[in-house]
Amino acid sequence: MSSVSPSSVFNVKSNEKAKDLGHRQTINFNIGRYNAVVPNGKKQFSDLTRVRQKAKNTKWRAIETLDQQLELFEKNISARGVRVIWAENADEACAAVGEICKAKKCKSIVKSKSMVTEEIHLNEFLESMHIESIETDLGEYIQQLDGEPPYHIVTPAMHKSKEDVAALFARKLNTDPSLTPEQLTLVAREKLREKYVAAEIGVTGANFIIADTGSIAVTENEGNGRLSSAWPKTHIVITGIEKVIPSINDLSFFWPLLATYGTGQQLTVYNTIVSGPRKSDETDGPEEMIVILLDNGRTNIIADAKARESLYCIRCGACLNACPVYKNIGGHSYGTTYSGPIGSVITPNLKDKGDWKHLSYASSLCGNCTEVCAVKINLHELLLHNRHTAVEEGYSTLSEKLAWKLWKRASLSRKLMNTGSGSLKNKVVNSMFKSWSRGRSGLRFSAKTFNQLWKEKNGDE
Amino acid sequence: MKVSLFIPCFMDQLYPDIAFNTVKVLQKAGCTVGYNTNQTCCGQPAYNAGFKAESRAVCEKFLSDFNDSEIIVTPSASCAGFIRNYYNEIFSSSALSWNIQRLTKKVYELSDFLVNILKVENLGASFEGLATYHDSCAGLREYGIKSEPRKLLQHVKRLQLTEMSDVETCCGFGGSFAVKFESISLAMGDQKAGNISATGARYVISTDVSCLMHIQGVIENKNIQVKSLHLADVLASGY
Ligand code: SF4
Repeated sequence: MSSVSPSSVFNVKSNEKAKDLGHRQTINFNIGRYNAVVPNGKKQFSDLTRVRQKAKNTKWRAIETLDQQLELFEKNISARGVRVIWAENADEACAAVGEICKAKKCKSIVKSKSMVTEEIHLNEFLESMHIESIETDLGEYIQQLDGEPPYHIVTPAMHKSKEDVAALFARKLNTDPSLTPEQLTLVAREKLREKYVAAEIGVTGANFIIADTGSIAVTENEGNGRLSSAWPKTHIVITGIEKVIPSINDLSFFWPLLATYGTGQQLTVYNTIVSGPRKSDETDGPEEMIVILLDNGRTNIIADAKARESLYCIRCGACLNACPVYKNIGGHSYGTTYSGPIGSVITPNLKDKGDWKHLSYASSLCGNCTEVCAVKINLHELLLHNRHTAVEEGYSTLSEKLAWKLWKRASLSRKLMNTGSGSLKNKVVNSMFKSWSRGRSGLRFSAKTFNQLWKEKNGDE
Repeated sequence: MKVSLFIPCFMDQLYPDIAFNTVKVLQKAGCTVGYNTNQTCCGQPAYNAGFKAESRAVCEKFLSDFNDSEIIVTPSASCAGFIRNYYNEIFSSSALSWNIQRLTKKVYELSDFLVNILKVENLGASFEGLATYHDSCAGLREYGIKSEPRKLLQHVKRLQLTEMSDVETCCGFGGSFAVKFESISLAMGDQKAGNISATGARYVISTDVSCLMHIQGVIENKNIQVKSLHLADVLASGY
């Protein structure tokens, strides 16, 4: 079997979606609703620019001292009986979960929404171990029913209309296809209740790792995250190492920022801080808690002083919603866990530059992502930076190299730029860039350049 | 005031008329326009493609071509934005660094120069019709102009202006992106063309010929009766 390269998958899928007007309509509608509420959320900040700057500075400090922050976290949380596991890659993280499952004789797991578990393909791994893993976030549950990965890092089923969801439930759960969203939610809730009762283990991600108190914080709107961490006997947290913030006090601005940029809320409905398993005098909570800290390429990003900034991301999703490319091709065309501007920035660095550099080029560099980023990451400049490192490290094709050598020669010589008649240039350029003239009228070179015309009029200066 | 004109490579090759209109507008505003006939390009195309070394060689040429200029004016927010924002980084650790800081402060996009330096908003132009202004991403976010071109257009006699929806959304050009990712670029262009057409305007005006080239191409292909014009075309009309 020949494997298809990520870039050809991207080309095929994005091409298809860009022409799918139904998709365009659903996404524009759903993102339109997001755009309508974000200004309300922003009203809670008296000086939004300062808050974003402060958040960025805080993440800067956290990432620059990442080793110390993580060790402090480990020391503080393990003092309360939590086991911390360091996983270098996806395999190690999955294997660690697998061992815990074996020890607990686990047959089923309830999961809250977590992009990191998508990144390591935890559900597939668990399936191979014959362990049932149920997504409890409604959007994720819908995606799991449909056998699709999340479409968006915050709203996993954003590409589905309410009619789509009703039809899906009817197909998979034999419900009445005319159910309203409220009724569908009740159906899901009922199904999930049974799963919570049966599950031996709950798995969550973490929106923040808090160093000074040794805690993790989970943000969500449905209460399913809190339930997943508190109900089953064992709670496993899987999180990327970059999620660390130095102090619990930093949540005072990270929580509202995440809520506003993620969903336009002032504060997300459930914000849970977990610092350890149930204590002897407590009535609920898990008996055991394990935190898996995942690297999986993040330290590659740290090694690149400029790209490091991309680790400040709090996964609010604002850059996806603002990105005209994302809106036209949708989350699945990217073919990887993290889509949109932040995905295009980090994926080539987390994975493989050769395989994924096309994502850094699939942008008009309009800069809207940089403008909306909750923590002011210079996203479009990082896309440019990725392009530069890809070329420097030799990932460009021979024909690209040649083309830019020629461009350089022409651009260094006024004489060369005045060579050739307009009609000759028309022919050469329009045939070279067929993909320009397929959907647009062709380029029309002037018979003479401005430079020539100026000289004819004014002489050489 | 004596100004040095920089004509973007695209415009030089494809749209010399716009370049001449730029000269006309600057002269109308009372400037003496100089044009160094050695000039070629600001270096941006290769930089955006990731070819920093090739770009840098061309940037160096730009520097030497414009070394003696007091003020450099260009009818492109994209080129001006690139020079202002990226030359510093390109030459950060070189002996030229000091020169760059001096030079990048002297580069102006046309409308910014007219409105904020010359303090001229009314050039006495006259142009009949309903038009809508397209913010190029480079103008809006890279260079930072929004009100300047609109102020100039508001003073054009007989010209009516209307705003399109999603005016700050990219038209989908993006340099090599337009050919490498043709269908995404076209989908973006399609929505831009739709928003332009919905205003009922006969003309779409911008500060950047690269956007206009793409928008015009999409519009013609879709048979929409709208004509794209550079800001300089309109400001040079009627006198
Ligand atoms: S890069 Fe910025 S805007 Fe995008 S998800 Fe991360 S924090 Fe949000």
